Amino acid sequence: MGIGDKPKYDLASILIYTALVFIGLISVYSAAPVIEYTSITDINEVYGKQLLFIGVCAILIIVILAIEVKFYERFAGLIYVISILSLAGLFVFGKEVNGATSWYPLGPFTFQPSEFAKFATALAVAKFLSQLNVSLKNVRDFMIISGIIALPALLITLQPDPGSALIYTAFFFALQREGLSLWYLTLGLIALVLFFSALVINIGWIILAILVSITGIYLLSRKRKHKKHLAKPRVYLFVIAALTCIAYTFSTSYIFNNLLEDRHRNRINIVLGKVQDDAGIGYNINQSMIAIGNGGWTGKPLQEATQTRGGYVPEQHTDFIFSAIGEVSGLVGTSTTIILFMLLLYRLIIMAERQRNQFARVYGYGVAGIFFLHFFVNIGMVIGLLPTVGIPLPFMSYGGSGLMGFTILLFLFIKLDAHRMSYDH
Amino acid sequence: MKKLLLLSIVTLVGITFLGRVIYLQVILSDTLQMEAENNAITTIYDYPERGFIYDRNGKLMVANQVAYDVMVIPRETGDVDINKLAELLKIHESRLEKKLKDARTWSAVQASVVVPQLTQIEYAPLQEQLRKFPGFYIQRRSLRKYMVDHSASVLGYIREVNQNSIKNDDYYVQGDLAGKSGIELQYEEELRGVKGYKKYTRDHYGRAIESYKNGSSDKAPIAGTDLTITLDKELQEYAEKLMINKRGGVVAIEPQTGEILTLVTAPNYDPSLLMGRDRSKNINAILRDTVRLPDVNRVLQGQYAPGSPFKVINALVALQEGVVTPQEHFSCNNGYNYGGKKPLGCHSHASPLAMNRGIAESCNAYFAQVYRRIIENEKDPAKGMDIWHDHVTSFGLGDFLGYDLPVGQPGRIPDGDYYTSRYRYKWYAPATISNAIGQGEVAVTPIQLANMTAAIANRGYFYRPHIIKEINGTPIDILKYTEKNYTTIEAKHFKPVVEGMNEVYRSGTAKYVQIPGIEICGKTGTVENFTKVNGERKQLTDHSVFIAFAPKDDPKIAVAVFIENGYWGSRYAAKIASLLIEKHLKGAITRTDLENYLLTHSLEYEYVKKLSKAPFKVNEAIDQGLITLEKEKKLRKLVDSLQPNTLY
Repeated sequence: MGIGDKPKYDLASILIYTALVFIGLISVYSAAPVIEYTSITDINEVYGKQLLFIGVCAILIIVILAIEVKFYERFAGLIYVISILSLAGLFVFGKEVNGATSWYPLGPFTFQPSEFAKFATALAVAKFLSQLNVSLKNVRDFMIISGIIALPALLITLQPDPGSALIYTAFFFALQREGLSLWYLTLGLIALVLFFSALVINIGWIILAILVSITGIYLLSRKRKHKKHLAKPRVYLFVIAALTCIAYTFSTSYIFNNLLEDRHRNRINIVLGKVQDDAGIGYNINQSMIAIGNGGWTGKPLQEATQTRGGYVPEQHTDFIFSAIGEVSGLVGTSTTIILFMLLLYRLIIMAERQRNQFARVYGYGVAGIFFLHFFVNIGMVIGLLPTVGIPLPFMSYGGSGLMGFTILLFLFIKLDAHRMSYDH
Repeated sequence: MKKLLLLSIVTLVGITFLGRVIYLQVILSDTLQMEAENNAITTIYDYPERGFIYDRNGKLMVANQVAYDVMVIPRETGDVDINKLAELLKIHESRLEKKLKDARTWSAVQASVVVPQLTQIEYAPLQEQLRKFPGFYIQRRSLRKYMVDHSASVLGYIREVNQNSIKNDDYYVQGDLAGKSGIELQYEEELRGVKGYKKYTRDHYGRAIESYKNGSSDKAPIAGTDLTITLDKELQEYAEKLMINKRGGVVAIEPQTGEILTLVTAPNYDPSLLMGRDRSKNINAILRDTVRLPDVNRVLQGQYAPGSPFKVINALVALQEGVVTPQEHFSCNNGYNYGGKKPLGCHSHASPLAMNRGIAESCNAYFAQVYRRIIENEKDPAKGMDIWHDHVTSFGLGDFLGYDLPVGQPGRIPDGDYYTSRYRYKWYAPATISNAIGQGEVAVTPIQLANMTAAIANRGYFYRPHIIKEINGTPIDILKYTEKNYTTIEAKHFKPVVEGMNEVYRSGTAKYVQIPGIEICGKTGTVENFTKVNGERKQLTDHSVFIAFAPKDDPKIAVAVFIENGYWGSRYAAKIASLLIEKHLKGAITRTDLENYLLTHSLEYEYVKKLSKAPFKVNEAIDQGLITLEKEKKLRKLVDSLQPNTLY
């Protein structure tokens, strides 16, 4: 950092952050599981606590912005190791809530290390990738980077909290930006499509579809004989591809039907429309959609927001906070929230693109990817487009660890971005 | 490309989400708002008191009483001492256990009824004791209180609405009480009032949290309307008393207004049976009584051959058509040979006779010849039949009559087409000769018979019979019930017929039921009837019928009495009719001998005949119905043994 350089903090992202946190607090207040409202500063109720967490975040932000910018890159590895240790430590000291050992008891509060592992992993990925001799084209480097991402994801899956582990797929966007072939995405998409269609359609049809499309691609590729520079298509490669697809379809459907637990299976089945169960497992999503629909254009006053006030949507102040926004502030509230998230993501991508060094850019994309995945999975679930996956909506869902984790994630990047002109390798 | 992937995915997802929330909050909004309301708004109804029912003299017949339901909230009970509680509630342990299990299955947090509709007396000892059982409590509700122990079929009863009524009428919700029969059903909307409600939001446990919209959408109940009906409670009571041990019906109508003074069907039952904790048992017992059929309203639904009272109609039609004069004499030779297999029989009396004696002696031969003239007045008997049909139906016969009670039957008055479609060959008047004497194809209900009598009393018109007199103290002003319905018979033709009916009473078939000081006009009837016993057509003892009005020149009451298997008209029906007339006009009974006969005679022995499988005699000259203790016991036992098994 050059002496006398003034950091330029990105005002737009800070404003969006403030707006989201504010809307979040109001929604936590309306969705609070209380019969009688008390003062919003009542520390015994969720809204009082959330207010307290926001205060802590304010301090965190000051600290993050005050620390020398070089610190983060330099200690990225150490932060990652500490974070991995804290995840591993859960298996010894963790407290079990709702069947998952994801929390450390901390007096009257709990601390969820998986929320902090996100930024730690983002730092570690950025640090590793920004080394001069590292390339994603190199298989060994790719394996290492995959390991860095997979390790916390694995530990979190074991808690078990597969929803939070899912978020680590967000790093795909950072890797893709750094040159990872789109083939990976294509493969991933094919895998997903095969997996879901195997659940909905008879497996025989899928095999037929695989064979037809692969034969079609083979026949099409034979026609481009004039393009001499391209390798000649080899039949055995297509046969292998077809067999792999078929084997994969069989194995995933076997895993789904025999290895997955019922609760996971049901969540997927409900979204696929295979099971209509508004009273059982589908209850959450159904009630959540009713709450959103009840909001109409401009929402209902708290007294008439019966879904929210009656506690019909389970976990409404945490994972289902978006449904409270929907009922209390209507389409105005939901569309504002969605647009704010879109703006934040656009802003983060623009900010990442304007970084001069790779570390900041990779970290930026990591942040954007993580926020995007939370946004996608959480709201997708609440509005009934995706299966129930228990992850919070950033800045808005009630929860100290979450709010702090997301705040650190964002403001670390704002700090890096503020120093982009002077910050150099 | 590298830079655009996340950007485009974010855009795609964002737009999808916006589309989805617009879909949910704009397009699907109404549906989802309704679901939210179903979910979260609980409506607690505030039931108004049901209207009272008074008789024509302002005497209370139906009021309300408080009843008590024993309720349970399963979640709050803890371990229940089934034995003690069953003893306290006076129900069987296994039944109590089942009730509690059902309640828990339905909802653990919402109240269910354990024992419904306890009366004040049953409730008193529970009040203190029940406190020892947490989760159980008592809920008040308003029930009917009947001030009479008869007339169930006309008053009707109320009961919880079924799914069908809920589906067909938005007003009703689960657990509402509504009229099921009689006046309670007919005037349900007036009697019930409009229930009020308070809306509360409730949480997902079903607990009420707060008043919805600060109570701005709540509604106060509107009380039910009191009704005054046309029945005379005392006359009704007296008729019910006289009808004990008989089957059939009594209808009395005030001719000047069409108001129904008495409407009795027998056997009847105490309306209070259909309330309280034994109601379902009692309802079942009544509905399943296929021997006595107490559920059938014989006055409104029973379609009987009218018998001889129908002769006066034929006399009137004949006079109107000009085919006979009152003075013309017809001969009777113990019957009339119309060309059938055997002659139409008649009993011994002076012959030849004119109209007055024809009616007084109820001469079959006289009316067969008069009837033939009516039908044969036209070349085509079908046309003659049609003319006869139109005259007869102008008395309200063969029609539902339009009275304000919920059940009825039209009866049957055949016309030309009826026979043309029935007989494959050309038919002539003699083929329908039974109509002359009220047998054969003619069928009427007792209320039609009474209305016909009222029309004769009025000399040519009637008011539609009705049961409603005042609504909330205001006399009804319904055109249907205040307009005169004219018969097709001119007033001048009634004089000879009325004279004949008076002779019935003074020196004819009903001379034994005379009441000092009252000029009655009447007509007896002895109706042949048949039944099938093991697929074999068997004759039963004749029905005893009597129609009458009085006083002759200023009729205040028209009565029709129909007694199944009472044999000849004056044996039962005429006695009952004349006692009712005396009661109505004088307020006291002088013919206590008649009253005594009716109270000490039972016709159950007749009703048992067709069931007993043993050979039996019909139309026994001496009434076997004198009630003795031993006989009663035997009869009861027999009837009970014939009932389908109603144990449950």
